This record gives sequence, structure tokens and C-alpha cells, in this order.
Amino acid sequence: MKSITECSIGCEGIIVRIKAKEPVKGRLFSLGLSKGSELKVLDHTLAKQTWEVESDGTKIALREEEAASIFIEPKGCEA
Amino acid sequence: MKKIKVALAGQPNVGKSSIINSITGARLHVGNFSGVTVEKKEVFIQRDGYEIEIIDLPGIYSLNAYTPEEYVAKHFLFEEDYDLIVNVVDANTLSRNLIFTMQLMDMQKKMILIVNMIDEVEKQGGSVDKEQLEELLGIPVILTSAKEHRGVDEIIDQIIRSHEQPKPKNKIFYDERIEAQIEKIVKVLHKSPHFKDPDYARFIAIRLLDRDEEIYKVIHDLPIFIELHELLGKIYKHLEREFDEESTSDIMSDERYALAKALVMGALKSPPKRISLTDRLDKLLIHPIFGLPIFLFFMWLLFQLTFEIGSIPMEWIDAGFIQMSNLVKAVLPEGAIQSVLADGVIPAVGSIIMFLPNILILFMGINLLEQTGYMARTAFLLDGFMKKFGLQGKAFIPLVSGFGCTVPAYMAARTLKNPTDRIITMLVLGFMSCSARLPVYVLLIGAFFPTSHAGNILFIIYISGAILGLIVAKVLRLVLFKGEPEPFVMEMPPYRFPSMKALAMELWIKAKLFLKKAGTFIAGASMIIWFLSAYPHQPEIEAHYMQKIEAVQDEATKTLLRNEMVAKELEASYLGQIGKTIEPIFEPLGFDWRMSVAVVAGLAAKEVVVSTLATLYAVGEADEQSHTLIQRLRENVSFKAAIALIVIIMIYSPCIAAMSTFWAEVPQWAWRGFYLVYPNVLAWLMAFGVYNILGWMGY
Repeated sequence: MKSITECSIGCEGIIVRIKAKEPVKGRLFSLGLSKGSELKVLDHTLAKQTWEVESDGTKIALREEEAASIFIEPKGCEA
Repeated sequence: MKKIKVALAGQPNVGKSSIINSITGARLHVGNFSGVTVEKKEVFIQRDGYEIEIIDLPGIYSLNAYTPEEYVAKHFLFEEDYDLIVNVVDANTLSRNLIFTMQLMDMQKKMILIVNMIDEVEKQGGSVDKEQLEELLGIPVILTSAKEHRGVDEIIDQIIRSHEQPKPKNKIFYDERIEAQIEKIVKVLHKSPHFKDPDYARFIAIRLLDRDEEIYKVIHDLPIFIELHELLGKIYKHLEREFDEESTSDIMSDERYALAKALVMGALKSPPKRISLTDRLDKLLIHPIFGLPIFLFFMWLLFQLTFEIGSIPMEWIDAGFIQMSNLVKAVLPEGAIQSVLADGVIPAVGSIIMFLPNILILFMGINLLEQTGYMARTAFLLDGFMKKFGLQGKAFIPLVSGFGCTVPAYMAARTLKNPTDRIITMLVLGFMSCSARLPVYVLLIGAFFPTSHAGNILFIIYISGAILGLIVAKVLRLVLFKGEPEPFVMEMPPYRFPSMKALAMELWIKAKLFLKKAGTFIAGASMIIWFLSAYPHQPEIEAHYMQKIEAVQDEATKTLLRNEMVAKELEASYLGQIGKTIEPIFEPLGFDWRMSVAVVAGLAAKEVVVSTLATLYAVGEADEQSHTLIQRLRENVSFKAAIALIVIIMIYSPCIAAMSTFWAEVPQWAWRGFYLVYPNVLAWLMAFGVYNILGWMGY
């Protein structure tokens, strides 16, 4: 289990935990980020301040703080 | 005629608007939701003896409202009176959309599900099983593609059918353990006369498990509250232990997620995964290193095109209005009416309509950025940068819309949830020069810079406005609002080819509004300016100069004297008196009274600055070489004063329409007052600084 910000671009996995507080948690959920859903790390900006992930065909931009609160069980990507 | 009222609900970017636009025979009405300035689009359709009204609600991700716009949609769904809900979902992201669909179905209203953009799924080899989905959800389903006009007209037939038939039985049930608790809550709710209806009581019970604070407020004032409160406390604890979750809202979310997954499994044949166009474009457009330069290039290109292409028809329009003015002079008898038309209204309106091409190009560019989905990318690219200035990436969208028009930009700031972020964004939005200021810039650049640099200067003006906005945002964040900016979570919609029809429609509406404004408001304002500049009559001055003119023989001296007479008359007019009164304020900036008047008139609308300058510098016969306003400006205004004028226009209060929008959006008096004062003070100080620095530099 590791947070998105610990992953590199191209990393994939299944969400196992979302630590964010409401209402951010609810928002992440309504965008399709929920425990059990698949997630792929697509991109981050040069300073890693903003991240882009994809889940079930939806692309989502997140700030570092929010990305760090999402934990995935990685599969098929090296640490 | 019988009426059917339909609420059109769906998540953002599912193509609700394009569905509404493509319904045949529909009459569109654009207004506002009562009490707020969120745009309300309604269509009216007459069919089979019914008048059907469809209300397009703002896009909403879930019933746990997050942004002000979502509150509007939620409020409508919960409180207003309507007959059925039409829920639009995107076939590409079905499972996420269905989570919201289930929240809507909890309301136990009549409902129709529209699976839009079906063509995109099918093109990739996938499909949606309509019958299966209807069977599982228990509501009618229509597969549509607004782009191919497929299934759209079925919607109306289905609305009538659903309206005439009884509501189908609810088929959405949660885990037994949850259902058992819902039943308990419903039992207590039934004790109150408000919740006798079992469907409604079930909905309230589910919302209570969703921890909906607004629903909690509703029951708070009821006599059953104490009993309910106690029960809810127990139920929350019980379920949270049972499911090992932090909150019942998480349990409900997980439930809906699992149900949506099951629905999708049964009804959707997924297309084989492959790298989409969006992925390939994103590789380049939001590249960590190349992304930003590409973005800056696009912006630069936009301003270049605005200036270069926009200037082509300008001369024709200008010539057209000069012709018109001459025609009026030839046809009408000499006198006040001829003068007000030929010298006042026509040149003033003409001087503004000239800029219609520029404005349309700029608007088209911003519209394209938004429609294609690139705007969301820029928010992604710039969030880190914006955060340094105490703003967040999403604020970038209203800020860029501000280059088009400040009024919708203030409204776009509604997508910012946090009130502090929102007010900071709105306070600096005015520094993003709107398209109405473009004419002033184009005029002054044309007068004081070589044509080859025009596009670049324009780009610099816009960029420095934006930079100033960022600096002010930072100062506001440091001085007035402490604390962290709101979290940044945003969907990045797939790139879509813009709909040319929608784009043409937007531009047409924009052009129409602009011409209407030029023909009414600006024509009226310029008539007032003309009147103030032509009256009161000065028979002594006229007589005095006429004598002098008679006395000299030389034509050149005659012209000189005639100009002097006109100038003297203008100075003695009402407008001259007003200008003289306010001149001391602007004198340190090197403005004469004419420019002062133009600046003040610009508070009504920025286009009026140009028309006022046109009237004030053009009244009377000038000498042979200076036909155009540009030449007159060159003769009368110093370079540094012109730059100071640009700075003032860039910074000071926007037009009346924008100011009143701000007032409508911001209820706090302190902010309203601050908003009225600080841009003007800042504008003056900045202009003063620039004027003096240029002075030292020897301009």
C-alpha cells in the first residue's frame, strides 16, 4: 500500500484507502475514486504539485495534498 | 393545455446542453434561477396537447452539494415542484454517472435515464444493453447521441408516456442491514404529518444516512426530533461498527459504488481498451516541461490573431460609417438634428462597431479553449503556480473567461467552493482585461506604436494585467485572508472536437448583443456626451471669432482660428465644465479634461471611452491632414499620458453590468465597498507611477 504521491507516472493499482476528510472525500467519490476502484497515475507537473490520475475512464486532477491521501495497492509497476 | 415540468439533471460534461439544443421544435429561453445569477436554460415544446417545459439544471456530481452551483441544482431538485426527472449520463463513464443516478432515484420521483454519447462507445466496439438496464433500474432508458441526432426526439415521447403512466416500482435496494435501519427511521418519520408518504419518508431516511446536513436541519425543528436524533445516533454507531467504516455516508457510497459496478457489468459491453486521442494529446499538452510554453504560445497566438485578422475589416467598417455620416449631412437640413446624428451618434457608434471583429475573434478563442477541454488542462498546469499566489488552479477558468467578459467570469467563480478563494478570485478578476477594453487598447496602440508591434503590445498589456492580478491576490491572501486555499480536485474532461454549430450560435448571440448594446446603450450614452459637449451655446465666442475670421485673408489662418473657436466652445460647454472640475484629479497623470471625461464615462461601459474620445476630439472641423481620431490623439496626447491611460483602463472598476453582478454575487457590504474603492485607487497610483517613470526616462 502506498500513496499516489509515492508512485511514478504509469503506475497502476487498486484503491485501498482514502484518508481525505469530508467534503473532499465525497467529491473524490462522486468523481469515481472509491475503495476498490482501479486507478492509474497519468501525469504530474514538474514540481509534483499537481497530479493527474485516471479511474474508469475519468481523468482527475488533484493537488499534492489530496493525492497523498489516496492509497493504492500497486500492481504492475516498479517502486 | 396540460403542462409537464421536467428537471434535466446530470453530471458536468455529459452533454446536457447539446441534448437540449438538438430537440426538434423546441423554444429556448435563457434566464436566471430566482434569487441567484446562475444561468437557467429552459426549453418549451408543444406535443400531443401538452406543453412540456424542460429546465436544464447546472451540472452536479452528486447530491452532496459541493459548489454554489451544485447547491442551486440540489435546491431545485429538493424543493421545487416538477413532474419528472430526466437524468443524462455519459456512456463513456457509465459507472460513475450511475452513482449519481441512484442518488436521484432515492428521491422516488418519476425518472427517465438518457445514456448520451452512445456513438463514442459504439465506435470503439462497445455497446449498452438498453433492455437490461431498464430491467435492472426499473426506469425507462433511452440511448442517444446528440451529435448524430440519435434518440433525441424519443425523449419527448417518453416524457409524455411516463407522465401518463403510474410511477414504476422502486428497484433500488441497499444491503439488508441498511434496509432494516431505513425501515426503523421511516417508522419514526411516519409519526410526523410531514412524512406520511412512504416514498418521501424513505428518501429522507436515506439522506439522513448520507449525513445530508440540510435534511438534518429540516427535521431539527420537528416534534419527533428528539426521538429521531436518539435513534439516528444508535443507527450510525451500529452500522459503522457493522461495516467497519468511519461514517454511514461512506457506507452508502460504497453501496452505491457496488450497485453501479453490478449494473455496468450487466448492461455495458466495454470497448477494448486502447490509447485514446485524449491520452496522446495529453502526453504533449500537459507535458511537465513543454506544457507551459505550449500554453503561452496559444495565448500569444490568440492575441496576435485578434489584432491581425480583426484589423482587416476595420477599415471597411470605418469607411462605411464615414459614408453614412456624410449621407446624413447631405440629406438632412443643417441644425441640431443633423449635428447630433452626423457628429454625435454615427461616429460614436461606428467607432465601437469597428471593434466587433476583434471581440468576436477573442471570444471565439476563449470559447474554443473551453469547448475542446483544453481549459481544464491549463488549470492543471497552472495550479502549482497559482497556489504560490494564494489562488488555486480552478480559479484559472474564471480568470481566463475574464478576458472575454467580466460578467460571466464572476459567475464562473461559483465553481470555487471555498468563499475565501472565491472572493479573492473575484476581486482580482477585473484586472483580466475584458473584450470591451480591447477597443481602447487597439485605438491607443494604433495611435502610439508602430503597427508591426501592435500584437505584441496587446499581449504585454493582457499579460501585465494578469500578473498584477496575481500579485494583488497574493497581497490579499497575506493581509486579509489567512489560511489555506481550498483543495483542488477537478475532472479533466476528454478532448472533444468543438461543435461548430454551438460555436456559431454563441458568436451570433454575442454579435447580436454587442450590436444591440452599440445601438441602444452606447448610442444613448454618446448622445448625452454630444449634448453635453454642444450646449450651452456660446454666441459671444462665436461672434468674437467670426469677426476675426472675416478679418484675415489667409486660408491657413482661417482654419487655425476656426479650430480655436471650436476648442473654446467645447471648453465652455457643460462637458467642458464637468471635465474642468475633475481635471485636477487626473492632472498628475498628464490627462487633459477630455481624457478625464472619457475615463469617467468608461465606468458605464468601457466602449464608451472610445466613443467619448471620438466625440471630444472630433467635434468641429479639424485641419486637412487629421481626419481620423488616431491622428488627433497623436497631436493632443503625449506618449506617457497615453500609457497612463492604458494603465487606468487596465485596472480601474469594470463596467456597471460587471459591478452589479459582483454586488449580486457578494452579499457582504464590506467587500462591496472595498470592491468599489480599491481598483480605482490602485489604478490611479499605478498610472501615476508609470507616467513619472516614463517622464524620467525622457519620453
